[in-house]
Amino acid sequence: MIDFALHNAWLIPLLPAIAFLLIFLVFRPLPKVSAFIGITAIFLSFVLAVHVGIGVIQAGDQFVEHPLKQVVTWFEMSGLKIEMGVQIDPTSAMMLFMVSLVALMVNIYSLGYMHGDQAFSRFYAFLALFAMSMLGLVIAPNLLQMFVFWELVGLCSYLLIGFWWHKYSAREAAKKAFITTRTGDFGLLLGILLLQINFGTLDLMTLGEMIPNFQEYTNLSVGGLTAIAAILFLGPIGKSGQFPLHVWLPDAMEGPTPVSALIHAATMVVAGVYLVGRSLILFQTVPGAMAFVAFMGGFTALFAATIAITQTEMKKILAYSTVSQLGYMMLALGAGSLTGGMFHLFTHAFFKSLMFLGAGSVLHAMNNDADIWKYGGLKKKMPITYWTFLIGCLAIAGIFPFAGFFSKDEILLVVKEASHGAQFAGLYTLLFWMATITAALTAFYMFRMFFICFHGEPRDKSFHPHEAPFSMAFPLVVLSIFSIFGGFIGAPWVEHGFGYYVRLGEYHHPSVDWAIIIVSTILALGSIFLAYWIYGKKAVSHEALAQKFAPLYKISFNKYYIDEIYLWLIHNVLDGLGRALWWFDITVVDGIINGIGNAAKILGSILRRVQTGKLQHYALVLFAGVVILVLIMSFADTSSASLSLLGGVR
Amino acid sequence: MDLSLLTIEIATVLLAIGVLVIGLLIPREQRFGLGYLVTIGLAIILFVSFGYYGINATAFEGMYYVDDFSIFFKQLILVAAVLVTLAATLYVKKMGTNYGEFFVMTVFAALGMMVLSSAGEFITLYLGLETMTISFYILTGFKKNDSKSAEAGIKYLILGAMSSGILLYGLSLVYGMTGTTVISEVAVKLAEMGSLSPAMVVGMVFLVAGFGFKISAVPFQMWSPDVYEGAPTPVTAFLAVGSKAAAFAALIRVFMIAFPDYSLQWKMLFAALAALTIIIGNLVAIPQTNIKRMLAYSSIAQAGYIMTGVIAANAAGVRGVAFYGMLYVFATIGAFTVVMNFSANTGSDEIRDYAGLARRSPLLAAVLTVCLLSMAGIPPLAGFAGKFYLFSSIVDQGYLWLVIIGLLMSMASVYYYLSVAKVMYMADPVDDSPIVVPAGAKAVLLITMIVTVFLGVYPQPLSVLANLAANSLFF
Repeated sequence: MIDFALHNAWLIPLLPAIAFLLIFLVFRPLPKVSAFIGITAIFLSFVLAVHVGIGVIQAGDQFVEHPLKQVVTWFEMSGLKIEMGVQIDPTSAMMLFMVSLVALMVNIYSLGYMHGDQAFSRFYAFLALFAMSMLGLVIAPNLLQMFVFWELVGLCSYLLIGFWWHKYSAREAAKKAFITTRTGDFGLLLGILLLQINFGTLDLMTLGEMIPNFQEYTNLSVGGLTAIAAILFLGPIGKSGQFPLHVWLPDAMEGPTPVSALIHAATMVVAGVYLVGRSLILFQTVPGAMAFVAFMGGFTALFAATIAITQTEMKKILAYSTVSQLGYMMLALGAGSLTGGMFHLFTHAFFKSLMFLGAGSVLHAMNNDADIWKYGGLKKKMPITYWTFLIGCLAIAGIFPFAGFFSKDEILLVVKEASHGAQFAGLYTLLFWMATITAALTAFYMFRMFFICFHGEPRDKSFHPHEAPFSMAFPLVVLSIFSIFGGFIGAPWVEHGFGYYVRLGEYHHPSVDWAIIIVSTILALGSIFLAYWIYGKKAVSHEALAQKFAPLYKISFNKYYIDEIYLWLIHNVLDGLGRALWWFDITVVDGIINGIGNAAKILGSILRRVQTGKLQHYALVLFAGVVILVLIMSFADTSSASLSLLGGVR
Repeated sequence: MDLSLLTIEIATVLLAIGVLVIGLLIPREQRFGLGYLVTIGLAIILFVSFGYYGINATAFEGMYYVDDFSIFFKQLILVAAVLVTLAATLYVKKMGTNYGEFFVMTVFAALGMMVLSSAGEFITLYLGLETMTISFYILTGFKKNDSKSAEAGIKYLILGAMSSGILLYGLSLVYGMTGTTVISEVAVKLAEMGSLSPAMVVGMVFLVAGFGFKISAVPFQMWSPDVYEGAPTPVTAFLAVGSKAAAFAALIRVFMIAFPDYSLQWKMLFAALAALTIIIGNLVAIPQTNIKRMLAYSSIAQAGYIMTGVIAANAAGVRGVAFYGMLYVFATIGAFTVVMNFSANTGSDEIRDYAGLARRSPLLAAVLTVCLLSMAGIPPLAGFAGKFYLFSSIVDQGYLWLVIIGLLMSMASVYYYLSVAKVMYMADPVDDSPIVVPAGAKAVLLITMIVTVFLGVYPQPLSVLANLAANSLFF
């Protein structure tokens, strides 16, 4: 079975693809059958992914340097060979496991959450399509396949954010997400093309061997390669919601909550991180690009955390938290640690999707009223949601022994190590402190939300909250187990843990830095206590605090006015430019095109008259043609000079 | 001599004769069932032919090639014949007479094409050509009571005879100058002679004209719109793909094997003709109101595109021709099957009568749209990949100007292709009655559509076969 799974990993994305087709083409009128097909397919994919994972672990670190690669040629011509296939190594096996598990949980959860929705079947069809696209992205052995599936997950995200398309805000959010991420994808495609032009291949393994010695293979300078890396990074900036293209992610919460948990917390948004991780050699070769990635990540982490503090909707807070945590992962990659970035990606997927699903459970209980200031005292009414959500909060705050503790400390550790490096030491020192502050802020805003929602007395008595049904509670429990124990696989006392498998370069046994552990734990506990003090114990009025720090509060509450700035730019600059181009298009371009079109039509009708229908005319043309050709060929100077007029090369 | 090399041809002959005899034994009104027999027989032969890849031998002392190139084109012809016979059953039934003979003549035409694509010698080549052409004379005028069909038959017969005369004259000139009719020996003799004599130039031009007639290259295309319009639609489909592909196969072998040293001259000739063919075919297609005439002009333009692969005169170019030829089979037969079934139901071939077809028969409208867009070269359909292979084979040989003409005219072609789609999808139907499509035709429609999409998305399998074909020609 393990061997079968390893050599047939292409089945993992194929099964959801079949489910999608079946649901969409055949079983759309039957919601229950659709859900059954969707869940069965992703369950089988999950089983296969587990076996792939076991196979990879059993093989030791054999797959790290020599991935199991199976490709078929998709398209071939001189100088260009494009392949599609499967690359199995520890990183992709980890992703396969994570994506299929979260997708399975979300599929089960949706049974309860989407119950009674008119478009229940369509929802499952899109979920299956998404699973197919994401799993296809994960196993891609080259950048082009990755790009194809990258666009497909973008499409699924668009379809699912706008799932309730009758809602104006959902439509707008879907468009915003699509357009914003596409802006970044433009850069990604450009970067991919530049790599193809310069290196002649997009295969990840081959590129990994060529890029460190790029001066042997190409005429690129260090600056040139840095530029390519930076352009390529635009894609991840858009997809993984990094500043300044993060604006779409909070709005994407307009989609159904299971979608937010699956796509906008655990899987699609980490595609950017995954892509950077997959092409980390490119960034490592040019330290400037590396520092750029680290800075963007570190800045985004802190920036989004400061916004999350003041938001008043659970899903919005979680969304900004996701942006912030994605920044964390980028920071780890930018510090040169594939292990750090991927480890946090892995643990984050579980506790963040857990919290989203928990938030969905709360929303479900509160008739979809999103304002947290109307909640309160949910602890007694929804014990399962309460306890699992608490686990999620503790995990993201980085409290021992929850999953986030290990992955967050790993990131702080690698950034600290980078700050002792030869290049950009000052920058990495700054980033280390930014990351530490972010960790404290994270613990604070999470427990702020936690205390407001679950503790105290119900603020609005008109709601009658109830615990989630089994289909929704079950995924919460499963994910909370992973949120508690998921970190152990990378714990320092494990001999061959996460970092042994998912790594770039030599294996270093994780070291223990007590200073970081103590400082981060104290900061997290202090923040939790502060949150309890303000929102749980209500020792200080939060309104008074907001008053006191009014300017800061307002900036944070209004998300630094980034959306407003963009709107202003779009209205004043882009619209004006658009109008000018529109005029040019209508008068000049259309004029020329219509002119050519009309000319072609007129010419066509004239030439048509030659076709008289009379046989003798046809025969005349036939023989006249022969005679003219003979004359031309006889009189044409057959020396190459005149022939080359027509393009002959010799 | 190993007769087993000729298994494919022998089996085809036996099938034709067998069907002819069986046709006499069974009652008249049941004879349309012979179509299925022919389809199955041809499909079996097609299946068997896969075993002939990689043999690369000659029979009859070099007079007859059994190489990957000829096998590829034979398969192309067989695919076309299978699809046409499967799609035509209802049409032939409505035509009323001589079911058996119709299918027998189709098989004989296919046999002629096979011989043409395998010929290594001028007489054999001419035999194949005439077997094919005479079968088509009969098939074109098959609707005896229809004046258009009769007119088309007569026109094709007379003009075809003239073009055969020109071709034969050209062949005899080449024979006269070199003293051999074996294609590969012509090159040797020409090399010994050193320079190109005027008679050889004239012979070469005559060959171009003779083949140009079969592939309907401008200015030898005059016959094709009239014949395409008048002939029974299944015949038109087979004529458009089969006879064209076989003529291309023979043309490639003759010019690339017999005249490689004078490629500069004939490349110039073909480049000029290709440009003319692409321009005139596309421009005149625009004002057409009859879909069969429109498809005839479109097919002229397609021949122009395929000629670019001949101009490249290397393996990449031949690969392009083979690839494009095969996908052109699917797109064209798909489109003509739609036309066939539409006219069998409504009796009309006018584009304006296709109004609202999307509502009357979503399948017909979808297949026609996909096939037409593939001919226009819109990705991700097969036509895009095909044009990509063809044009990229001549770009680096200095024929950028021809590529630009090809691309511009492809853009123009989108206009008349999409006009049909617009009528089918946007306009309201005059008559709401659904269109009945028999099972055989339905299968053909689905196959052509799926293959056209599949080869666009994943061209590699066909590309591998086309590569084999091209490489066998250049060793």
